[in-house]
Amino acid sequence: MRKRTLMAVAVTCVAATLACHKKVSPVARPLPPPPPDTTTPSSRPPAPPEPAQEPVAVPPEPVASDAISSASLDELNRSTLLKPVFFDLDSSDLTSAGQKVLDDNAGTLKRYATWTVTIEGHCDERGTAEYNLALGERRAAAARAYLVSLGIPADRLRTVSYGKEFPFDPGHDEAAFARNRRAHFVITAK
Amino acid sequence: MTKTILALALALSAVQLPAQQPQPQQPTPLSQQPTEIGVAIPSEPGAQVRLAVPDLIALSSDAETVAIARIIGQVLWDDLNFEREFSFVARDAYATIPKATSLIDIPFDRWRELNADGLVMGTVQKTGNLLRVEIRLFNVRTQQSAFGKVYSGSPANPRSYAHMAADEIYQTQRALKGVAESKLTFVSDRDGERMSGTVEKRDVKEIYIADYDGDRQQRVTVGRTLNVFPRWSPNGRSIAYTSYRRGAPNIFVSNIYEATMEEVTKGAAENWLPAWSPDGSRFCFASPREGKGYTNLYLVNRDGTGLRKLTDHPSINTSPTWSPSGTEIAFVSDRTGSPQIYVVSADGTGPAQRITTSENYADKPTWSSLPYNEIAYTARTGPGNDIKVIDMATRTVKQLTFGEGTNESPVFAPNGRHVAFTSTRSGKKQIFTVTRDGRDVRQVTKIGNNEQPDWSK
Repeated sequence: MRKRTLMAVAVTCVAATLACHKKVSPVARPLPPPPPDTTTPSSRPPAPPEPAQEPVAVPPEPVASDAISSASLDELNRSTLLKPVFFDLDSSDLTSAGQKVLDDNAGTLKRYATWTVTIEGHCDERGTAEYNLALGERRAAAARAYLVSLGIPADRLRTVSYGKEFPFDPGHDEAAFARNRRAHFVITAK
Repeated sequence: MTKTILALALALSAVQLPAQQPQPQQPTPLSQQPTEIGVAIPSEPGAQVRLAVPDLIALSSDAETVAIARIIGQVLWDDLNFEREFSFVARDAYATIPKATSLIDIPFDRWRELNADGLVMGTVQKTGNLLRVEIRLFNVRTQQSAFGKVYSGSPANPRSYAHMAADEIYQTQRALKGVAESKLTFVSDRDGERMSGTVEKRDVKEIYIADYDGDRQQRVTVGRTLNVFPRWSPNGRSIAYTSYRRGAPNIFVSNIYEATMEEVTKGAAENWLPAWSPDGSRFCFASPREGKGYTNLYLVNRDGTGLRKLTDHPSINTSPTWSPSGTEIAFVSDRTGSPQIYVVSADGTGPAQRITTSENYADKPTWSSLPYNEIAYTARTGPGNDIKVIDMATRTVKQLTFGEGTNESPVFAPNGRHVAFTSTRSGKKQIFTVTRDGRDVRQVTKIGNNEQPDWSK
């Protein structure tokens, strides 16, 4: 992800360079034709190193904000900025640990107020496939209701249950079961 | 692919033969009764009717015809063994008997020496791309034909000739609805395809169909998504299922012989677990559309009109199954805390009646067909689940599986005599069948994970 962010930054630098170049171009220089290859900006503008430093210079929070807002949805979802919430066996009650995770997630959702999120409900394999659809939904709904109670607009939060169809951990032990009983957050728009 | 199935189904046509004795030298006049009325072959006192089912006679010696003759004989043996209504002369004993070359030179006295009461015999003839299969059941004592039919059609699937004949033999000999022509549908991840556009690597699940014995497994859906909980339409021509292909799970119908698809429910609400009414006109399904984490049952016409709420309870109400008459619906609710099975009238009147009282956790009821009045379900019995059956008249419970892996998602065969279910007893999730009294466990699938079976009506 870091690599991609850097790439994104690099692309914005090039864009900035070009913009700079355009502003400069009115100063009549008829002789040299503009280089067709935009990826190798000519040595004339002093820009190249400068824009690379620019994002580094800004204060930490906006940097994060820029990196996050320039990241793709896939990158955001891989980064797990929104943490999953785990549940006890057969239960859709939020634990205190789960509430704390949701407090953090609410903070993130407030910071990025345009994001819409799908909350996926998941179950471990011990329950039955059919009932687990409804149990997964109840877990997702519990997480959603808590976020709404913290002031996140309900229309930014959709729920979907996958029952036990998509286990995160394919194992068959208690540790795997615990990882699979969760409400999982997927950012669907930003 | 589905068109191929259709072509096959249409190509098979049956010609009724009169139940007449093929041996011209037999002096006694033959019964003029049609075979539907039939002549039940008698057994030795107190014993099951003992059948011999050798390979059919290939009327030409080319390899394909010989192979087809052998396949049909072997599948007939399997089909006629499935209901445990007959006993059999072991196939390896057949070698001692001279092979007949036609239906008029059968050495009946030799078969009688092997204590065969009945002999299933037939011929296979291939002309161009047309197969002509004649199958007869002889009373070995009287040397009369108790059943006889000629089938003609494509040579592409010889097994289907055996399935048709076996079910007709069950009908004529035992007044029993056989399941040899029935089909299973189930969910499989065998293709190893992955969902696109999700964060984690997630295997797609697609709907498959197969013959009741697991042969001819074919993929039905190509959604590249989660397609789950398939259910046969009562006429066996369509499969309803839950698909995530539009994001939110919704109810789809695949018409497998027409290769068309219908969307019964649409939109952002989640809709699951469609159950066809016995007349095929409606679905009962579960949906958490009201929010708050509650799931309730709804009824809707097959075309998506006439939506009506069936249960209205602030809890989970799911896993619907119709009674054979269509007047009641069994379902699962956790209104008392744990999932238990209830029954409500299909018009929603009257209170839901609790059925399971001795389970910690019960799900996926499936109502047997007549004459049995039973509900099979999944029960949590330990770390895993097992299949149990409750008699609705006496409320006695019997258990069909006993902790061999975990077992769930039971469904009855169309004649109520078998149950298909998902089990992990051989490693991955696979489809198995078992008789309604817990015997004769058979593994139907082997490739990938296979689960959530349904048995055609």
